[in-house]
Amino acid sequence: MADTMSLTAPYTDPGLGAALRRAERPNRLRALALALPALVFLLVTFAAPIGVFLTTAVRNPEVHEILPQTTVALEGWDGQATPGEEVFAALAADLARARQNNTAATLGKRLNYESPGMRSRIMSVTRKLDGFAAGPLAPQFIAIDAAWGQPDLWAIIQRNAAPVTPYYLLTSVDLGQDAAGGIVRVAQDQAVFLDILGRTLWIAGLVTVATLLLGFPTAYVISLAPARIAGFLLLMVLLPLWTSLLVRTTAWVVLLQTDGVINQVLLALGLTSEKLQLMLTRFGTVTAMTHIQLPFTILPILSVMKTIPAGQLRAARSLGAPAFSAFWRVYAPQTLPGVAAGCLMTFILSLGYYITPALVGGPRDQMISNFIATYINRDLNWGMAAALACLLLFMTLSIYLLFLRLVGAERIKLG
Amino acid sequence: MFRKRMFLAATTLAYGLALGAAFAAEPISVMSFGGAYQEAPRKAVFSAYPQAEGRPVSEQEYGGEIAKIKAMIDSGNTTIDVVDVDAPTLLQGCDEGIFEQIDWDKIGPKSEWLAGTTSDCGVGTIVYATILSFDEQKLANKPTKLADLFDLKTFPGKRGLWKNPATNLEFALLADGVPPGEVYKTLATPEGLDRAFAKLDTIKNEIVWWEAGAQAPQLLASGEVTMTTAWNGRIFNANKEGRTFGIVWDNQILDSNYWVIPKGAKDVTASLDFIHFAVEPKILAGIAKYIPYGPVRSTAAAEVAPDDAKNLPTSPANLTTSLTLDNGFWADHGDEIRKRFTTWLSN
Repeated sequence: MADTMSLTAPYTDPGLGAALRRAERPNRLRALALALPALVFLLVTFAAPIGVFLTTAVRNPEVHEILPQTTVALEGWDGQATPGEEVFAALAADLARARQNNTAATLGKRLNYESPGMRSRIMSVTRKLDGFAAGPLAPQFIAIDAAWGQPDLWAIIQRNAAPVTPYYLLTSVDLGQDAAGGIVRVAQDQAVFLDILGRTLWIAGLVTVATLLLGFPTAYVISLAPARIAGFLLLMVLLPLWTSLLVRTTAWVVLLQTDGVINQVLLALGLTSEKLQLMLTRFGTVTAMTHIQLPFTILPILSVMKTIPAGQLRAARSLGAPAFSAFWRVYAPQTLPGVAAGCLMTFILSLGYYITPALVGGPRDQMISNFIATYINRDLNWGMAAALACLLLFMTLSIYLLFLRLVGAERIKLG
Repeated sequence: MFRKRMFLAATTLAYGLALGAAFAAEPISVMSFGGAYQEAPRKAVFSAYPQAEGRPVSEQEYGGEIAKIKAMIDSGNTTIDVVDVDAPTLLQGCDEGIFEQIDWDKIGPKSEWLAGTTSDCGVGTIVYATILSFDEQKLANKPTKLADLFDLKTFPGKRGLWKNPATNLEFALLADGVPPGEVYKTLATPEGLDRAFAKLDTIKNEIVWWEAGAQAPQLLASGEVTMTTAWNGRIFNANKEGRTFGIVWDNQILDSNYWVIPKGAKDVTASLDFIHFAVEPKILAGIAKYIPYGPVRSTAAAEVAPDDAKNLPTSPANLTTSLTLDNGFWADHGDEIRKRFTTWLSN
């Protein structure tokens, strides 16, 4: 359509194109109106909740909502020595209100992320507020816990008075802030997430390569097979896809476990003298994920292969090309759009794997989703979960864009 | 005409349903951890409740995820009346304000509960233990103390451990000679933490990690490990099914579970009434018949049959060197220690 327009445009009256577009506008609007429910549905149930959830990665309401007076009192503090009495008085007043509103723990939990022990420090001071004697409060705070006299603790409170925080996003890439607010690397034993991100990419890459090595020949065989056999083979590919992911993963547990089918067969055949550790290993994780991802790689490749005329290979051979050369130089390049689509789909889906590594993998095979789930379900630290989700989304989009750049959007064919 | 008749029919139906609901007693909705664990209160508590109080019990199950409770409350439609939670969830939920306050006058005298098992938001029910377990049939040389877990010379072979820093760091220090009373004081210092990880390092290559409670007895049964830490109820259940697993009652780590009322529960009085019934000495003691988790209420402990009592982590003979898990410590330091544990695991 676009091509014919550009060809004909120079020969027509410029007003005609506009008139044509105007005439087509009702049609376009009608088409849009038909798609509107789906668009609104997607926006309301998909895009908006994800967007809102991702903002929790930077939201930081705790300190400035629960400690409003302390926030104000700390504004003029230089960060060098223990703050003055008026700051302690403001904190005592804020905590008294927090106790009434039942929000002290929320504050303690938030500050505890940055300095372990803050939770119980806040809670114990809040409990002891009524026992404070008249007179200066600062010594009484410090008597409960000497940490209240340290500027570092107050620097954390001051820094978190802002309604947005880089804390979660920084932590998700193993960075943190020092007392002065400068960005530093976290201690070696606290640096977990970059390692996990690298592991996630590596496992997804391994699975992609494995599915391609297994899937390409399978797709080739199906595309060449007579119709009835091809139908049957295709069913074999699709059947697992209709089975729940959890069921397929559990089936792999049955196969891979130390007393499982694979070990028993190997022992019976005398191929190994002792049972192999297959469960809870990287090998097991990649094997199970490869099996689950295979249809996603095979189907796009197959659909592209079906469009390549069989006569081309014959023609290449009859013109003197050896069998491999004919396949590699004539056939294989034409399958590239399908290969690209299949690999991209498998790679991106593999990045988000959760159940399979959790059940089949060992502690060294847990991927980023497992950590997101832990932060949501057990720790109720949704800020951290959102930050890791942002990181995963960012990685996925970057890889997708990089891939488009390398392969070209028009060369990816999903089906 | 037709429309009018339809409208009439619909209103009649609606009224009828409303009346029906008002007359039939609404069931009380109770959520617990499922499996063998939930079967015990089902037989001892839930089945007796309708006869005693005239209200049926509808059971729900969950995996202990606090997020599930919080999401239900945030949605503004609290459909569960009473929830069984573990101690970290109690602490966290109480802090977050997602549980109703407990009116202890309607439950019983707090003094009857073990120290630390009464809370403003929850009523302690049972205490369970993380213990060291082994297969009596497979080991000629049987472990007798927790330190044997780390003794690879005398007891070669793989070790099963819970994939969580909690309990493992405590076990490491206990085996390294730290007395139970000093464990958390030591763990709170950087040197103490290093010491615990160093002790775990000595068996690191032999560790098989388990995550779900049911995996620990499976590891023993399949012969995958020589010994494993486990929750004592799981070992008891496996033995009921014909296994011969031994328990080392030395330095076991105790923790308890609680009944709580999620915020916004439809009828808090009814929920309190259910909890009151569930922790009545005779009823609560009945649980020990089905799973060896000891009642945390002293008047209930007195009601447990002597045969069942010897399997309980709270029986005096088993209690000598035990350590009670400090959930406050884990709430303060859990995040930091878990990160260190994760890096330790992948190195």
